[in-house]
Amino acid sequence: MAETQNVYEIPIGPIHPALKEPIRFTFQVEGERIRGVDIRTGFAHRGIEFMGMKRNLIQTLYLSERICGICSISHPIAITLAVERAAGIEVPPRAQYLRVIYSELERIHSHLLWAGVAAHELGFDTLLHLTWKVREQVLDILEELSGNRIDYALPIYGGVRRDVAPEQIPKVEAMVRYYRGLLDELLDAFLRDPSVEARTRNVGVLTAEEADSLCAVGPTARASGLSKDVRQDRPYLVYGELGVKAITPRDYGLEPRGDVYDKAVVRLLEVAQSLDLIETCLYEMPEGEITSFPKIPALLAFLKKAEGEGLGWHEAPRGEVIHYIRLEAGVEEPIAWKVKAPTYSNLMSWVPMFRDQEVADIPIIAASIDPCICCMDRVHVVRDGSPGTVLKEDLLRLSRAKTERIVSGARLSVPGSRPTAHGLRTTDYGGGL
Amino acid sequence: MTALHLVWQSAAVLVGGGLLGLVYKGFDRKLAARMQSRIGPPLRQPFLDVGKLLVKESVVPKDAVGWLFRAMPFLAVIASFTVLLYLPWGPFPAVLRSGGDAILVLYLLAVPAVAMALGGFASGSPLATVGAQREIVMLMSYEFPLAVAVVGVVWRLATLGGGPAFSLGAIAAAPLWTMVGPLGVIGLAILAACLLIVTPAELSKIPFDIPEAETEIAGGLMVEYSGTYLALFYLADAAKTIAMAALVVTLFAPYGIAGLLGLSGAGGQAVDLVFHLLKIFVVMFAAVTTVRVAMARFKIDQVARGFWLQITAVAVAGLVLLVLDRMVAG
Repeated sequence: MAETQNVYEIPIGPIHPALKEPIRFTFQVEGERIRGVDIRTGFAHRGIEFMGMKRNLIQTLYLSERICGICSISHPIAITLAVERAAGIEVPPRAQYLRVIYSELERIHSHLLWAGVAAHELGFDTLLHLTWKVREQVLDILEELSGNRIDYALPIYGGVRRDVAPEQIPKVEAMVRYYRGLLDELLDAFLRDPSVEARTRNVGVLTAEEADSLCAVGPTARASGLSKDVRQDRPYLVYGELGVKAITPRDYGLEPRGDVYDKAVVRLLEVAQSLDLIETCLYEMPEGEITSFPKIPALLAFLKKAEGEGLGWHEAPRGEVIHYIRLEAGVEEPIAWKVKAPTYSNLMSWVPMFRDQEVADIPIIAASIDPCICCMDRVHVVRDGSPGTVLKEDLLRLSRAKTERIVSGARLSVPGSRPTAHGLRTTDYGGGL
Repeated sequence: MTALHLVWQSAAVLVGGGLLGLVYKGFDRKLAARMQSRIGPPLRQPFLDVGKLLVKESVVPKDAVGWLFRAMPFLAVIASFTVLLYLPWGPFPAVLRSGGDAILVLYLLAVPAVAMALGGFASGSPLATVGAQREIVMLMSYEFPLAVAVVGVVWRLATLGGGPAFSLGAIAAAPLWTMVGPLGVIGLAILAACLLIVTPAELSKIPFDIPEAETEIAGGLMVEYSGTYLALFYLADAAKTIAMAALVVTLFAPYGIAGLLGLSGAGGQAVDLVFHLLKIFVVMFAAVTTVRVAMARFKIDQVARGFWLQITAVAVAGLVLLVLDRMVAG
């Protein structure tokens, strides 16, 4: 067949300037058209869940913060919610408001970071530099509130570790005003620029049906028109009272097409939404305690006695993040800890998005789901020194075996590791499922 | 003109052009950085880059067609520096000149692009192959509007009896703007605009840096080049930038200011030369530096369509206006 002869493979990654983290795409390309893609993950697996199960819960909390450099509030929020459910810890109202403020600040900085990266992938470096310049403002506020530009160490089981002092409120308000004034300029630069529009409109389309059937989350799903936002669908903290609505391109007066342009629309509008949420929280936040356990040793002692399991979910900037935790009385470490990062859910949406696009679109489509590879890599199979593959059937079989073990009352096994002939470790992928 | 004279002049133009190319590259980078609110590299950075590249190892990939891979950087440098010899430098006529040097310059300007594409194909990397294919498509896209713009100007001049046809020296000596009627002025302005749009494409700068596209194909054509070979391509790019901007200036703004200032002799020549270099800088700043900070990269199909349809149509319209102008003028 003449057609198949013209198809050749282009490998992108694991190391490539378009990728900020290691992942490998193998594209079947015909001329400049992409005919198919094979995605291989597992280059950034760090065994974080395993490490977390070897540490006490407070150490695990700080470890969870290091799952992702950008979502370093989202992961701690999800794990604290999970542990609080498992151990039955109440969170004071003020702490709930503070958590919302911190996580919305994180959303602003994450979306602006994404916007800059997207501009760079399009070869529009000026926009990258300008976006990242204005992003400094929110990082300054995060530093003001937490002491750090990144890895803030703010949430803790039962509350938060730092309060917003009265003299800091004007600074936060000034930041809100700054971004409100800037928003129109940002929308102008990204959505009304002809050269940006030429590169993002009808590029990397994910239809609503595809987004739904592939379980896409976060802005990736919302850009396709799905009204899907954990803050709206399963409210937690004070999000229910704040009345968060999922943002879709319809809020900008556009019929959702699910392309890269729509993803930019959703993310930029969410910056505005986060500004509103921060402002509301600042005004409505009640006085009071910021944590139910001011003393860490008391918290540790309480957690050691706790028994049960809990699920924590949070709408991270990239989508839904879920932490599952299981505690056993008398054991300091969590018996099980499972993290599901948003990129994991969005991974498969790449396949329809890349179909029949051009080679030139690869970077921006890859970036459009705002991938966080190191968040997502939960397993890397090594068999006798070479990478192995686990297929859907294997996963199903393992998962059923696991369910049977749980049903038959066997203690949940800690994901162990057995050394292979080459000294590499094979992670027991059954443990996390 | 003696042979010694020729050698001396050529050496001056080649060395001067090379140095000027690197200096302008330094300005280009610094000004682009300032427009992006960055500090940017020091002005001498291009010199440091070339110096560093020259002492680095020049790796030839195992899969490459060795001789072709090594030869192409030299071809690119030779071609782009040769263009400098055919361009008039303000008050000084071109070192080499013949009847049809406008045509020759057009071909010489295409040679570095062809050399880069061949080097890309020869390097045996899939990314370079994609880049090389794109370079060839780009070349086919912008060559026609470029040729229309150049030919339009020289043809109109020839009809006015301004010296031998297709001679850049004649064009530089007789600026067309005041010699044609109102239709001709509009036509010339259109052709000048087309040439300014072609300039960043000819030089593979954003939004037309598609063959190199760092974020897509990791440098494309250049991905396997290193050391001396990369330095040669860098120099070729610097010289080509000067050559392209000088071509625009020669075709559309070959004015001197020495006469206005009442200077003559060596002083007048020096002032005119500086003014010429300043005009080259302005063209580079307008067509390369500001454009590349203000736009996103196009895709190859968008560029091909844009040049083949819109830009070509506009350029032909300019040419038609020049023809009409001749008919009106009789």
